[in-house]
Amino acid sequence: MTTAFNIVVCGSLVPDPLQTLEPIQGPTGPALKNEMMLPSVLDPWAGHALFEAANLAKHHPGTKVYLVSLGPKAKLQQLMMTIAQKVPFEFVCLDGPASGFLDSREVAKALASAIEKIPGLDKTKLLVFGGYSSASRDAGTTMQMIAEQLGISDVFLGADELKVQPDGSFRIMERIEGGQYQISSCAGAPIVIGWATGNLPEPPNNPQVGMANMRTIMPALQKAQPAALKTDGIQYASVQLPQQQRQTKIVKDTPVEEIAKEIVAWIRS
Amino acid sequence: MSNINTEKTALMSTLPGDDVRQIMWRFADRYEHQMVVQATRSVARGMVARLVADKQRHTHDWTPQKQEMLKAFDEAGVTAAFMEPDQGGYITGPKNLVLALVAFELAWVDAGAATASLANNLALEPIHEKGTPEQIHHYMSGCVPPKPGEKREILRGSFALTEPLPYVGVDAGMLSGKIRIAEWKEGKEPIIQVEKRGRFITNMGYATFVTAAVDTDDPRIKSSCMVILEKGDQGIYDPGAPTLKLVHQLSCTHDPIFNLKIPASRIIGGYTIKDGVIIPNYNHNEVIEAVFRRTRVTVAMMTTAKLLSAIEPVIRYQRTRYRGGEAAKPGTPRYDLGIQQKEDAQHRLLDVWATGEASASLGFEAARLFDEFDPLEKQKDAMFLKDGIKGPRAQMKVFAEPRKRALEYIEIMGKPEAQRDAKRVQDLENDFLTMYVVKESLADVFCPACKLWNTGYGATMMREAVSLMGGYGITEDCPGFLTQKWSDAQLEATYEGPECVQRRQMSLTMVSDVFLAQFKNWIKDLRALDAKKPGMGAGTLASAMELWLWSIEYLQNAKDANGKTLYAGQRQGVTFPMADALAWLLGSRQLILDTLELERKGPENSVLAEGLTGFVNFYSDLSYLQAARAAGEVGKVCAELVYGYQAKGATCALPNAAIKTFAELRSKLDGSLAGARLAKDRAAEAVTQVMIPEALDYPL
Repeated sequence: MTTAFNIVVCGSLVPDPLQTLEPIQGPTGPALKNEMMLPSVLDPWAGHALFEAANLAKHHPGTKVYLVSLGPKAKLQQLMMTIAQKVPFEFVCLDGPASGFLDSREVAKALASAIEKIPGLDKTKLLVFGGYSSASRDAGTTMQMIAEQLGISDVFLGADELKVQPDGSFRIMERIEGGQYQISSCAGAPIVIGWATGNLPEPPNNPQVGMANMRTIMPALQKAQPAALKTDGIQYASVQLPQQQRQTKIVKDTPVEEIAKEIVAWIRS
Repeated sequence: MSNINTEKTALMSTLPGDDVRQIMWRFADRYEHQMVVQATRSVARGMVARLVADKQRHTHDWTPQKQEMLKAFDEAGVTAAFMEPDQGGYITGPKNLVLALVAFELAWVDAGAATASLANNLALEPIHEKGTPEQIHHYMSGCVPPKPGEKREILRGSFALTEPLPYVGVDAGMLSGKIRIAEWKEGKEPIIQVEKRGRFITNMGYATFVTAAVDTDDPRIKSSCMVILEKGDQGIYDPGAPTLKLVHQLSCTHDPIFNLKIPASRIIGGYTIKDGVIIPNYNHNEVIEAVFRRTRVTVAMMTTAKLLSAIEPVIRYQRTRYRGGEAAKPGTPRYDLGIQQKEDAQHRLLDVWATGEASASLGFEAARLFDEFDPLEKQKDAMFLKDGIKGPRAQMKVFAEPRKRALEYIEIMGKPEAQRDAKRVQDLENDFLTMYVVKESLADVFCPACKLWNTGYGATMMREAVSLMGGYGITEDCPGFLTQKWSDAQLEATYEGPECVQRRQMSLTMVSDVFLAQFKNWIKDLRALDAKKPGMGAGTLASAMELWLWSIEYLQNAKDANGKTLYAGQRQGVTFPMADALAWLLGSRQLILDTLELERKGPENSVLAEGLTGFVNFYSDLSYLQAARAAGEVGKVCAELVYGYQAKGATCALPNAAIKTFAELRSKLDGSLAGARLAKDRAAEAVTQVMIPEALDYPL
């Protein structure tokens, strides 16, 4: 049985992880130093969700993929120069902040509202994808709240695989503790999935795909409305980067056994 | 005590990113260009960087790993970027800027990879520029990667001009490669025997077709030409042995041997037959001139990319230099700034940076210029073909009137906008031959200037970049592959015409009245700019340009102490240094113009709002210090040439009016340097404060 889906992927930008991220107190709350100036990438978890969506679309003709992004539209435009080349999709843009310090409830509300407004969206075929986690700040709550707002009760988090069964039902593998998977069956759409990493490699950039996508991306950016996000629902007592100690040393041609021994010794110490 | 440098406080917050570059290099509204940049970058900083890190540069052979790089180019749309949509490409119109951007992105990591990508375009260029419609369609479409389900082998090409000694290649004027009639049956197409040996031919290890320059060895063929050879043609198609080059090892270079029979339809641009003689429509020089005037720009951009790619690794090295030592505790200047505590380290880095920026500005301007020039040239070629106008004398005759109109146009454009006759401007701009003359005069200077300066002086400054990394710089572990980039730069300065060829071309084109008329307008513009914005070095540069202009006019008319003409074809001791000096000026001017563009268009991009002032301040200071450096070079060159050919003591004993004028201009130039070093200090402060990423985005 071949099923065509309407897949909506929620995802936005985060600062390139190689950049120096330094929390500061901005006029409206916590922020990252020079955040607007830092180069951005698509949040890696959202990226996995997008690639899974495109892969599903490839195998289910007639499927439509939408990418709904909340972020500063000028930065989203820059991001699209890369992301639009990866896979075909239609773009829905919400002009607003993409800061990791936003209230996830407000973000979910804005995204759910934008999904509701997608013209011709068939909710009986709706698959809402997003990242289970985020590279900017990991509250891990946004996707559930989107599901709630859209009235979708089948929600799967930390998924690495979705298989459409011959009868049209879904088989979903979710990560659980101890490196194990929980395998669930679901009768079908609508569902919400918060993706972990999935199993697909990142597609190479292809400007030809990008040129096709740009036909919808530029109008979407031009007509993007400011997203009304309340900021008074959450207060931060303090913010700091996760404590980490990076001890990098560059060695070449070291046997694997030697490396393993060194790691074991470090763990034991 | 007051400090004059406290006036500007906004510092550059981060390294300039894509938003800044797109504005400065004028492709902020070209989305297809931005996508190609991103696609190319992902291949460069992914696969290409891994090839270098995995020591694939250590072999001359074309390995399976290197072959994978071509596949990555195909998949990322890099290969098809050169083609028109109806040929399977996806960008419409001239491709000079986009190809310059591709070269820049690949060479940011490894210039050999850039060469491998661009050599295919170089093979196609003779066909693209002068080929028949059938040739263009067949080879351009054939070089596009097959679509899914399409069963055909992609064509990959090589460009074979250079030969083993004695004639070598570019600008040699003579060729050992020969063609003669092998067979010519009544009513059939002639079959041509081609004999050609190549030297240093890129892509040759895997090329399936070759565009080769050959001379006639048969009275039944009138002139030299370029021909297309295919693997599978009858005879010898031997790729030959790998060239034992020490650089650019990610490109596949061989010394091939060809002895093939081909149909005459493979003569690029076609031929006519008159009185039993084949007359190629284009001789090899005509084809090559059209090719190299474009492809040299992309070569120039390779060295440029390396200079700018060196900035981040050098800053990181300088700042972290003392970390881990007992004296460098977190929070101390020694820990935070490392070597950047020292002014010398800051200033030398700025010299590298300013060179990279100015060369980028110059090279991308040249690329954009060719994007404007291409359609004009096509229109001119079509007209000449239709009207049967052939040969330099006939062409010069056609250009006599357009040349006058071009000078008139430049004169009008030199006036303030309000004083221009708008209708006349419009009429002149609608006359394509007039615009052709204007653009050609610029293209003929900008192309050799960027090839000469970006690669030649760029190589010198790459050495400086390596030196800023200390001993680390000359190890394989040096982040950014700086030593490899330095040595690669020497090849970039050499191929597609070494520095002397570029200087020779400039020595002829830079004295054209049409070019010099525009040059005079630029001086006026810079003076006006300096009055409004004194902090960009526009006044310094204007003074240097005035000195150069005076000197070139003097040198063209004066004689040395022995009565010999100074500015003459064979007198390269005079002409060549003036070409070098001009290249400095052009780069410096273009950096100023790009900074102005950033200041003007930056506010349109809301992402830049937060940091725009800092960027504009930094680039203004960089422009100033580069103008001062250019002024120093120009002053030195002009003084040596103007004074150096006088008899010893002559100028002291009896200074003539001309020398007096020169001395005044020189003095004015020296005085205009006021503030340049303060600008350098300000830029240095920005260098110590700018935020850089935690790590380089490509591997060691």
